[in-house]
Amino acid sequence: MKSMEFEKYRIEAENICVDYNGKVALYDATLRLKAGQICGLVGMNGAGKTTFFNALTGFVNLSKGKIRINGETLKTSQKDQAVAYVPQNEGIDADFPVNVWDIVMMGRYGSMNIFRSPRESDIQAVKNAIERVDLVDYSFTPIGNLSGGQRKRTFLARAIAQRASILLLDEPFAGVDIRTEKLISELFIQFKKEGKTILLSTHDMIHVREFCDLVLLINKTVVAYGDTSEVFTPENITSTFGGMSPDFLFGPES
Amino acid sequence: MDGSFLTIDINSFITEPIAHEFMRKAILISILITSVCGLLSSFLTLKGWALMGDAVSHAVMPGVVVAYALGVPLSIGAFVFGVGSVALIGFIKHKSRIKEDTVIGLVFTGFFALGIVLISKITSEIDLMHILYGTPLGIPLSDVKQTIFISFLVVLILSIFRKDLMLYCFDPRHAKTIGINVSFLHYLLLTCLSLAAVVGLQAVGIVLVVAMLITPGATAYLLTDKFDELSIISVLSSIISSLIGIYLSYWLDIAPGGSIVLVQTFIFLFAFLFAPRYGIFKVKQLLSSSK
Repeated sequence: MKSMEFEKYRIEAENICVDYNGKVALYDATLRLKAGQICGLVGMNGAGKTTFFNALTGFVNLSKGKIRINGETLKTSQKDQAVAYVPQNEGIDADFPVNVWDIVMMGRYGSMNIFRSPRESDIQAVKNAIERVDLVDYSFTPIGNLSGGQRKRTFLARAIAQRASILLLDEPFAGVDIRTEKLISELFIQFKKEGKTILLSTHDMIHVREFCDLVLLINKTVVAYGDTSEVFTPENITSTFGGMSPDFLFGPES
Repeated sequence: MDGSFLTIDINSFITEPIAHEFMRKAILISILITSVCGLLSSFLTLKGWALMGDAVSHAVMPGVVVAYALGVPLSIGAFVFGVGSVALIGFIKHKSRIKEDTVIGLVFTGFFALGIVLISKITSEIDLMHILYGTPLGIPLSDVKQTIFISFLVVLILSIFRKDLMLYCFDPRHAKTIGINVSFLHYLLLTCLSLAAVVGLQAVGIVLVVAMLITPGATAYLLTDKFDELSIISVLSSIISSLIGIYLSYWLDIAPGGSIVLVQTFIFLFAFLFAPRYGIFKVKQLLSSSK
């Protein structure tokens, strides 16, 4: 019965708590996502969005609670290449001596041998991924010479090459050009059709309404969670952002 | 006539030193040691571990003394203390509010002082000057074997885990996400660092070994945007530095360790000024704009 429950969910985080040296970053957070769902993760800076991602990628240890990915433990899901993480542009060392091809190939490392020598299938997967994000002409451009949007697309391509069933995206729309924004939203629709599950953090209220089936509002713990149409209300947003109105936070266009 | 005179001069400049057996040995062992440090340097530069290299190279000092007193290979003592110092740095950083650079400075000077005290108390047979300033000229045969063994071990580790270590330096979170054991890689790199510090200190001494671990990587970083080239340039500049450095030390009668590191520094300065894309003068731009 229990395992039947798990099979239905791609992500199942139950009452997870994370603390850094005794400082609580996230407590009693619960999230369940199914295949083909897109969920927005919304909260202030320091509200625990990055910590949530860290917990789902296994980058921090939980002090309480448990996480199941596709019904498996984190360790098994990591071996299965189930989760891909697309970092924020600020989190990337843009001076690192790698090019687009190298980075996208990193998505294949988990399924390669110990020397990480690419097979024909890996090369094909990398090629396809680079085509899907429209960076063929930039395949061998060093990361430092790319624009913010191109960089974002590179890391998306890495997630595609990984063939993960779950994508975690940290601020996918921050600092990108219109073309990239359009490309990412088209990709989201394709991912949804392919049955991938997406969890994305964003500051942009418009994007939440546009793409997200579900929304998770957090401020150290879950403030509200559910269908975007029901949960993403001005009252909930205001309480997520510590009493400030969304207009004040995001400008009148929100 | 001038030309043939010059040829003879250059010939003897090159051949006279290698007529001596100790010089041939010094040159070979320096090339080996600096290459290993140079290869490791390309990872340390990218990981931002320059200060860590400084710390570990100083922290191995008491290990060398203790190993000597116990009669075990010096490399084992150095290795234990090298890795121990890093573990201690991690522990203090984790358990207190002190910032990392402070912790590093605090731990390695403590270890270093312990080494000096131990030398003065336990044994007078270790030459403090030799450990501090080193020389590739007088390494005993047993140490040579050990140096060769350790060097090959480090090169083997860095070759097998080359891509994983690169990924670990670039994006540890992605590494973790796809099931790569990140803390294993962390300690693997530290192990290599301790081992390289052990062999490096024999050639140039504790004080200068950190230069061999930092400078070649920094030089190469200014010259390329490709990871493989970074390692190759780093190793090449290390080899060239040790060759030129040893020859200068022979002809000018100067300390070989200092001489090797000084050549490395000059190569870095040259890259700093004239690197095609990242040098101060941005030679590439000048060339293309003059067309």
